[in-house]
Amino acid sequence: MFARAVSWIGPFPFRQAGLLLGVIAIFWFLGNNTLSTMERAGLTPGFSFLSQRANFEIGESVIAYAAGDSYGRAILAGIANTAKVAALGCLLATLLGVALGVARLSGNPLLSRLVQAYVEILRGTPLLLQLFLWSSLFQHFPAPRNASSLFESIFVSNRGVFVPSFGFDGLPATLWIPGFALVLLGGWTIARKMFFGTTQYGLKMTALLLALFVASILALKLTGFTPTTEIPAKGGFNIRGGLSLSPEFAALLIGLVVNASATIAEIVRSGIQSVRAGQWEAARALGMKPGQIMRLIVFPQALRVIMPLMTSSYLDLTKNSSLAVAIGFPDIVSVANTTANTTGQVLEAIALIMAVYLGINLAVSAFMNVYNRKIALKGALVR
Amino acid sequence: MLKHSLWNARTAGVFALALSAASFLSTGLANAGETLDKIKERGLIKVGVGTTPGFFSPDGDGKWQGFFVDFGRALSITVFNTPDKVEFTNSSPQQRLPALQAGEYDILLSGVTQTINRAFKLGFHFGPVVFYDGQGLLVRKDLGVTKGADLDGATIGVQSGTTGELNIADFFRKSGKTFTPITIEETAEFVKALDTGRVDALTQDATDLAGKRTQLKNPDDYVLLPERLSKEPLAPAVRAGDDQWLEIVNWTVYATIQAEEFGISSANVDQFLESKDPAIQRFLGTDPSLGEAIGLDPKFAYTIIKTVGNYGEIFQRHVGKGTPLNFDRGLNALWTNGGLLYSPPFR
Repeated sequence: MFARAVSWIGPFPFRQAGLLLGVIAIFWFLGNNTLSTMERAGLTPGFSFLSQRANFEIGESVIAYAAGDSYGRAILAGIANTAKVAALGCLLATLLGVALGVARLSGNPLLSRLVQAYVEILRGTPLLLQLFLWSSLFQHFPAPRNASSLFESIFVSNRGVFVPSFGFDGLPATLWIPGFALVLLGGWTIARKMFFGTTQYGLKMTALLLALFVASILALKLTGFTPTTEIPAKGGFNIRGGLSLSPEFAALLIGLVVNASATIAEIVRSGIQSVRAGQWEAARALGMKPGQIMRLIVFPQALRVIMPLMTSSYLDLTKNSSLAVAIGFPDIVSVANTTANTTGQVLEAIALIMAVYLGINLAVSAFMNVYNRKIALKGALVR
Repeated sequence: MLKHSLWNARTAGVFALALSAASFLSTGLANAGETLDKIKERGLIKVGVGTTPGFFSPDGDGKWQGFFVDFGRALSITVFNTPDKVEFTNSSPQQRLPALQAGEYDILLSGVTQTINRAFKLGFHFGPVVFYDGQGLLVRKDLGVTKGADLDGATIGVQSGTTGELNIADFFRKSGKTFTPITIEETAEFVKALDTGRVDALTQDATDLAGKRTQLKNPDDYVLLPERLSKEPLAPAVRAGDDQWLEIVNWTVYATIQAEEFGISSANVDQFLESKDPAIQRFLGTDPSLGEAIGLDPKFAYTIIKTVGNYGEIFQRHVGKGTPLNFDRGLNALWTNGGLLYSPPFR
């Protein structure tokens, strides 16, 4: 019993115990000091401030928010903004990164070198600097008054890109995003069927989803919701109406995607190169074409190397989105900073930020681990 | 391995020692007179400042210059009879108050807004207001905007970490108008947003906006609206609990205001030494009785005016008409000229 305890503690139990006490003392001291400082400043530790009124505005938000709503809602708006940019960022960075990674291995030296230069430049310069560059680029679009427009309904300006929105009375226009995705998916599936003779999701499944979508629109119309169209127009200082993409969001999203795609390209390249040359040779010997070899033989094997590294790229991208605060996109850090400044509850605000990133990252990592297990080699590896 | 553990144990010991020392040090609160004793002992006044050209910025030789800096020099004259026994250190808006509390500075001359919260909850006291500031709006001239209410529906740049975010939201809610904020932390990006037309206006303390205006590509295309959305009285901040030090700060500032009221400037102060007016004689120390009575050098006001100048000269030199900041005296004029500056009597 005693021996077991000693082996658990380690070879120098007294020093170890002393160190442990020291660490506890440090935390006790820090905690105590913090509490007394907060008391002197008249601050009550805790999260009760979340229900108080937040008297500041947020520039753009996925969920409804206005000055006078609670701090909790403001924080939620920040979280939603962070989640939006992180989710879209991971998706787009993967598409771009995989394409670049494959291009990097191309037999065409010009293409391969160009991708190499792209990767080196993006990995060798600070992300914050890149964000400033993108932000500056979008800010130099024309001002709203002389914004260029397409059919007087699509506007490109330094206040953002505005497109007409379609929706139903009382329903947010963003509901159309899943519908749009479905249409794209259907188109992709049909195209694959027509050109390659293969389908990924099954024509029937896609047709079913599309039918469901059309049916739900009809149902909405029949139950009394009137369809509305909102066409953006110049008015006052800005362009109003329609769906818009703000320059801050665009700069952040593109900055993150371009930056992460360089890393992902390298991951994909190393993953593909990790597949033994014998696999290529064997596939060629069977008479397969290069595209087929990549898709059916090499890439599935490379995925096992790629996936764990992709997870860390996704986590990096999510955490890097906190740089939004520098270029004016109201993410969780920006909103929590303002909250901390106005309530004085700095520790709580930082704890919230940490919890949010930890939560998002644990979720991403859990999801990726499940996927990773699915594609991992089953059984013992025999060489 | 053994060496490693020894090192660990030693580090822990050193840590524990350092911690107990720190806790002893942090318990001592400022007592009356303690600040001046410390200053005299080290032969230097430590002043926390910000970085806005005109108000506080190092010049080409690294010497701090500016409106607030001159009050630091005046303070050095009151204590040491020379303007140079003062050390200026730049501190960010977030860090300056804790640093003052921790004893890193004897005084903050960094444009701190005097508020009741800071007095009661945070443990600071304030000297006389040296600059009456307020939140302003910086807009392009060709927008044709003359007041804040004209900005209905506009996009406005706000720098995070300031009360400006709350004031601007209050301002628009009060009038039932709307605006879109772009909250930017980076100062350079904040200025650029107006330069590129991403935002229609910037909002901040007017003093700060006047400085930012000079950083724009074509400063003359922009105008700082005369309207103020909030009251921001900027005053010297000291730790609460040291009355003697606070009074030294008070009367140093008052001396510059009183001198202007008397019409005494650095150019003519020597002529006033011949003055027959007993109030001026007491003020300049030609009649030493006042100085002896209060325990300060009877000639402290004379030396301040001779070296740094009166309030009007300090204002004009750094932020007034003709300087890049181009400020009107406005509220910062003497009470005799319709402003708010008023010195209690030197008697």
